[in-house]
Amino acid sequence: MKNLESVFAAYIMGWGIFFVFFLSIVKRTSALRSEIERLKNSLPRQ
Amino acid sequence: MAKRTLFGAVATLLVIAAAYANFFVAPTERTMGLIQRIFYFHAATAWAGEMVFFVCFVANLLYIWKRREQYDWLSVTCAEVGLACISIVLITGPIWAHPVWGIWWTWDARLTSTFVLWLLYVSYLLLRTLIEEPSRRALLSALFGVFAFLDVPLVFFSIRWWRTQHPAPVIMGGSGSGLDPTMSKVFFFNVFVMHLFVAFLIVERYILEKLRHDVDVLQREAEAQ
Repeated sequence: MKNLESVFAAYIMGWGIFFVFFLSIVKRTSALRSEIERLKNSLPRQ
Repeated sequence: MAKRTLFGAVATLLVIAAAYANFFVAPTERTMGLIQRIFYFHAATAWAGEMVFFVCFVANLLYIWKRREQYDWLSVTCAEVGLACISIVLITGPIWAHPVWGIWWTWDARLTSTFVLWLLYVSYLLLRTLIEEPSRRALLSALFGVFAFLDVPLVFFSIRWWRTQHPAPVIMGGSGSGLDPTMSKVFFFNVFVMHLFVAFLIVERYILEKLRHDVDVLQREAEAQ
């Protein structure tokens, strides 16, 4: 099982990057949705 | 929302299936051994990244031509997703190279052109943070994006045009190239799964860009009152 650690390292780091990127999208989307709600509430209703 | 959740769930399940195929279905390569299993993930991510940059390039051209903001949203979306893919390629490549070549990195044609590609799209995203006015930002970054894409064919053909450290292509590499039939099936399954997964990321990131636009519109409305 030579180089098994390297293979796992490559897969974990690779999928880790995708996971962190996806989390950043979720976090930014959630912040923007809150901002939209705040702005809608601050505007007078028509 | 339910469709997007389903899309994400299907993509995740297929990613797990692809990982299973990489470790338990594909045969062990004779000379490199276990470390060659990085190939399925490394090369499939590289192909998906190059495809995403192509979509970015088309979106940039369409923005220059039509000046519709949706094309700008798509281009920044693809630049980010493509950059994530190329970052993975630049990390998994040296992990694979070290036991096989005895070195982590060398400035050969494929590695250097890929690193330049990464730098170009980092520059594209940095450029966008430097320009305040939306239409000016969109136009200048679209022009830069068209220029940045010129490196993608260079990356693709570098291992065909120059014989340096990186191996010659095993797929579409002409006579003498080729993969074991099971390896080939596993590889193309990975290519399909990776394209599906990046399509999911593109959808999610595009929605984020649209929301950013909605915030800008609401902020302008609030300031006008």
